Amino acid sequence: MFDSKDTAPAKIDFFNLDADADNVNISRRDFLSKTAVAGTVAIAPGVLLHSTSASASGNTSTKASGEEVSSKNRWGMLIDTAKCADGCTGCVDACNEENGLVGHDRPATDTQYIRKVTLKEKSTGHELSLPLMCQHCETAPCADVCPTGASFVRADGIALVDKHICIGCRYCMMACPYKARSFVHENVDSQKLTAPRGKGTVESCTMCVTRVDNGGIPACVEACTEDNHNAMIFGDLNNPESDISIALKARGGKQLRPDLRLNTGVRYQGL
Amino acid sequence: MSKIEYTSVEGKSLPYFALLGGLAVVMLLAIASVFYMEHEGHYVTGMTNQIVWGMPHVFAIFLIVAASGALNVASIASVFRKKIYEPMARLSALLALALLTGGLVVLLLDLGRPDRLIIAMTYYNFKSIFAWNIILYTGFFGFVGAYLWTMMDHNVYKFKPYAGFFAFVWRLILTTGTGSIFGFLVARSAYDAALMAPMFIIMSFSFGLAIFLLVLMASYKWTNMELGDVVVNRLRNLLGVFVAAVLYFTAVYHVTNLYATQHHEVEKFLLLEGGVFTNIFWVGEILIGGIIPLILIYAPGVKNCRKTLGLICTMIIIGGFSKIYTILIAGQAYPLEIFPGYEVSSSFYDGVVNSYSPSLPEILLGLGGIAMTLFIVVFALKVLRFLPASLADSVVDPHAK
Repeated sequence: MFDSKDTAPAKIDFFNLDADADNVNISRRDFLSKTAVAGTVAIAPGVLLHSTSASASGNTSTKASGEEVSSKNRWGMLIDTAKCADGCTGCVDACNEENGLVGHDRPATDTQYIRKVTLKEKSTGHELSLPLMCQHCETAPCADVCPTGASFVRADGIALVDKHICIGCRYCMMACPYKARSFVHENVDSQKLTAPRGKGTVESCTMCVTRVDNGGIPACVEACTEDNHNAMIFGDLNNPESDISIALKARGGKQLRPDLRLNTGVRYQGL
Repeated sequence: MSKIEYTSVEGKSLPYFALLGGLAVVMLLAIASVFYMEHEGHYVTGMTNQIVWGMPHVFAIFLIVAASGALNVASIASVFRKKIYEPMARLSALLALALLTGGLVVLLLDLGRPDRLIIAMTYYNFKSIFAWNIILYTGFFGFVGAYLWTMMDHNVYKFKPYAGFFAFVWRLILTTGTGSIFGFLVARSAYDAALMAPMFIIMSFSFGLAIFLLVLMASYKWTNMELGDVVVNRLRNLLGVFVAAVLYFTAVYHVTNLYATQHHEVEKFLLLEGGVFTNIFWVGEILIGGIIPLILIYAPGVKNCRKTLGLICTMIIIGGFSKIYTILIAGQAYPLEIFPGYEVSSSFYDGVVNSYSPSLPEILLGLGGIAMTLFIVVFALKVLRFLPASLADSVVDPHAK
């Protein structure tokens, strides 16, 4: 379950369990946002209220705990490179904390789910930085090449690795256009309950799937918002009313390696 | 051609057991390496999150590719009805099975979870060329095993042409699959080429025949049986055609890339500025593995010289390893082009050429695969009759077609 943050700017967000309750959701959100009630409150069976710092920026999720994963949602992220602060690693730190990723001073083999990349345009010298992680492709090359089906894309667009049937062949790492995956090169201990890992298997950004499945948002997005950078928006690409869809409609967003036509769930502005 | 008599090697001499013992020691070292790597985790190897397939894959892919090619001699006899090759068909099929076994064992033991072999055999994603390869490898054992059976058991001898044909077709599909492991990687600049599949087939012809010739010559020399020049020179000429064909495919691959502007950078890396990779390409793959063997094969002065032919085959094998090393490691070392038009840097080695230093355990594992292949062959030659008692010119009939 996505925890409440009492210290954060309080604004009510709303998650429903009903598959057909989108319209209700919108009207209730309008109402509830004016009440400024902090905390998580159950107001009716199947309806939960959450307060999050991230929701203050407009990052929203409509997935409720227990709701079946379906293609009704297509979870995605929008990253505004103009707002991504050079030198800031808030998203990376939050990801490492959330997933229990510990470095061993071996940068070539240490796992990274998300990394900050600095870009300098060759023709103009223009510099920018952005976070890069699994792009959660609709037609993911990692899932295509995986011999056992351990790499797969959920109906809601989140690309994952089934740690139970990953044989550690690393073909997905060869196939990923974004170098988004890491191989667990050593024994792992102190794992997080919500982020299982295993020596000899491949792993990558899960879009904080446990948080999302419980109506929350990814840790990186939350951290970016808490730091008041607001460079990352998480939401449902299938919902035209979601903040991410509205932002994309207003200013557009690019996919990385669009030539591969992978229909990524992560989009970038300012590239 | 007179009726061919087959024989097994006696296998009671000290050198025979010394050979088996030496191979067993290499295999034991490989097993120790595997335990070390699997216990500690792969960080003790040269592989990283950037170079995910290292030296064991170079060995494994070389052996698997060569396995398909080692079947050449048998295929030419059964499918193309060239009778001069027929006496060697049993050895050809045996070597093919042994090479595939050695290659697959290395591949399996380099997995992150080799204990999950049963999962690899029971969970299939049919869109994955890797999954298809698992089926193709298994089928290869079945088809070539059946083919070998029809060659060695008179009760099923009449099925030999069919078994030979299916084994031939299957091995072409198998190597198409092996090449496509790279051909289907759309995101990497050095791969993503349909040419990979036919190039791997012609590589298999060359590497497989070079290994076959070495095994053939060693078997007859060490058993003091006669091996005539007619057979050897026929195979030598065939080898020359295959070596030239590999060079041709390599040239087509690079020229095609050089034509497209988007591939200029990766070609500059592979051919000019790749440091160790560029050196291995020009010296190992092209010079030692291609041009020098080609000159020696057709040089008139050394036509019947077995030592020269042994040297030629060794050079082709070194060239083969170099070729797979450049395809595999250099292809990964070249950075992914995620942001065309930008200079890129990060904590995850974005935008830089990745380095790779093979570790001792990785090399020992690979050598263990070769040792296993040879162990199987040496042992099988003792227990079953794979070798014709004589391959003298008078026996094989120089006028046979």
